[in-house]
Amino acid sequence: MSRIKACFDAIKAEGRGALIPYLEAFDPDRDTSQKLLNAMPKAGADIIEVGVPFSDPSADGPTIQLAAQRGLKAGATLTGVLEMVAEFRRTNDHTPIVLMGYFNPIDHYGVERFCQEAARSGVDGLIVVDLPPEEAGIIRPHIKANALDLITLAAPTTPDERLKAILAEASGFVYYVSITGITGTNTATEDQLTQAMTRLRRATDIPVVAGFGIRTPEQARTASRITDGAVVASAIIKAMAATFDDGKATEASVPTALEKILSLSQATKNR
Amino acid sequence: MTTPHQKPNSLRAGPDLSGHFGPFGGRFVAETLMPLMLELDEAYKKAKADPAFHEERAYYLRDYVGRPSPLWHAKRLSNALGGAQIYLKREELNHTGSHKLNNVMGQILLARRMGKKRIVAETGAGQHGVATATVCALFGLECVIYMGAKDVERQKPNVFRMHLLGAKVTPVTTGAGTLKDAMNEAMRDWVANVDSTYFLVGTVAGPHPYPAMVRDFQSVIGDEARVQIQEQTGRLPDGIIAAIGGGSNAMGIFHPFLDDVDVPLYGVEAGGLGLDSGETAASIARGSPGVLHGNRTYLLQDTHGQITEAHSISAGLDYPGIGPEHSWLNDIGRVNYVSATDHEALQAFQELTRLEGIIPALESAHAVAYARTLAPTMGTDKNLVVNLSGRGDKDVPTVAAHLGVQL
Repeated sequence: MSRIKACFDAIKAEGRGALIPYLEAFDPDRDTSQKLLNAMPKAGADIIEVGVPFSDPSADGPTIQLAAQRGLKAGATLTGVLEMVAEFRRTNDHTPIVLMGYFNPIDHYGVERFCQEAARSGVDGLIVVDLPPEEAGIIRPHIKANALDLITLAAPTTPDERLKAILAEASGFVYYVSITGITGTNTATEDQLTQAMTRLRRATDIPVVAGFGIRTPEQARTASRITDGAVVASAIIKAMAATFDDGKATEASVPTALEKILSLSQATKNR
Repeated sequence: MTTPHQKPNSLRAGPDLSGHFGPFGGRFVAETLMPLMLELDEAYKKAKADPAFHEERAYYLRDYVGRPSPLWHAKRLSNALGGAQIYLKREELNHTGSHKLNNVMGQILLARRMGKKRIVAETGAGQHGVATATVCALFGLECVIYMGAKDVERQKPNVFRMHLLGAKVTPVTTGAGTLKDAMNEAMRDWVANVDSTYFLVGTVAGPHPYPAMVRDFQSVIGDEARVQIQEQTGRLPDGIIAAIGGGSNAMGIFHPFLDDVDVPLYGVEAGGLGLDSGETAASIARGSPGVLHGNRTYLLQDTHGQITEAHSISAGLDYPGIGPEHSWLNDIGRVNYVSATDHEALQAFQELTRLEGIIPALESAHAVAYARTLAPTMGTDKNLVVNLSGRGDKDVPTVAAHLGVQL
């Protein structure tokens, strides 16, 4: 059984939703982000989303844009990100890791070689923001051959008929982009999320998680109660970035990010 | 918009239904935008099939844009070069001073049909921004223009023009603060305002159907030129030259000639300080295929697939990509992609101004620069058509600075 499936089965048995925190690889440097990654499960991360820095993150808000710039400046590459995951796997074999990024670096690396090496490094799934199902044929065979999950994105703008069509191919979980907008900006209301879940549930049985605009423990609790999990990204990065001194990590950086994750995790557990 | 000179197995038939030109093009956008792209595709197909749309567009092109634009036999420049006769397609005489309005007029009529009330656009040199702000003023629509902070600084007159036209100009400080960053920011605005907003793309790039749609709207350039050169010389030309940033003026003049396989086509990329200087905007000469801004095409990128910054003296060519149809035309060998440096463009800018009394945009000066290289290698009985895509008033401060003149 895949790590992702095992994780959702276990969480469902506990009667709660997943907390899925995000970190931008190499932000602000390799060591700091590795430390944070390694410590995330203990702080309550059920699944971890690792952002792969890209020069032109056109679906991201200012917080993740800046994190990506810091990551690139610190030397982030796809190879470097896979090495981080491999190092994480030396001490953790159960927490699923999903890479989130844009298609060009993967395309440039070679989709087949990338999928092989991602699987070998211990990656469980990929979210490729600018690779809609219509264009995903180029990577799908390699995803399957390497037992990875290509996470399907759904949005408020996705019509019901299209939901059915694109979710027929979904595996792992569905990432519901809960607002029309970029990361770290607006937040969906409880009603909006509930209505969206009704639509999504008609189209698929696999777990659905909500992301974009979830910041506070309260919002994470609501989202993880209505859906099967909540992704929190910008809020964690923002908290950590506030501890940086001239763009460099300080002693407070990792503990601050972990504290934020802990408070989110406690909220998702007390529902 | 099939014209009578289209042939079976035409090179003009692309893209396919999903927006691909061979391996290039496509729709690489976030799911939030995907349904909009499909909706836009449908809306454009409907408009294309509706004679009323074409009539409306023809009316505005004639009485507002000022078409057709003349084809000018530049005799003094031809004599000075001592080779092929140069014919200038005078797109700089369009309202707002460039070819940009051809596309903008088509898209704004489509946006109105779709019931959109708010327009966002990206701009580099400001020509597309000014054109967009112009039609928004004409039709009373809200207009937001994203422009790199560096470009805002080097194109101040155009920024003020957009303000006068009632547009909101938002400087973009992320990245290097140029056209690619403005494109990212316009996409972010669009995704956050999908219901009300129409994204008016300025070039033959972006997700399908933009490359095909912008090309169709710009093809009026080549359709006219094809008739005009035959009226003036009795035959098709011996070459067509156009400058390329994203590539809309080039695609517009090339497309009606694609099936005239004996007519060589030359796309002139901005060489910047030189192709091997590391400071260039020549995506085909120094780039490789990749995915950015919704399409697969040639891009300037590093060995890790991160997009690198382009450089050109011309803000309108300062883009690390190129329209996907150009990438395809390069790979099948139908168009020759060449380049001209900043220095060569500056020389051409001055020579055309002195000999013909026409101040070209720095973008268009790249096409003139290549004509200066090519014409002397051809006989005086040969004819070259050069697309003079824009006027150079906006560039006078930049040129003065490069010539060491303080205004």
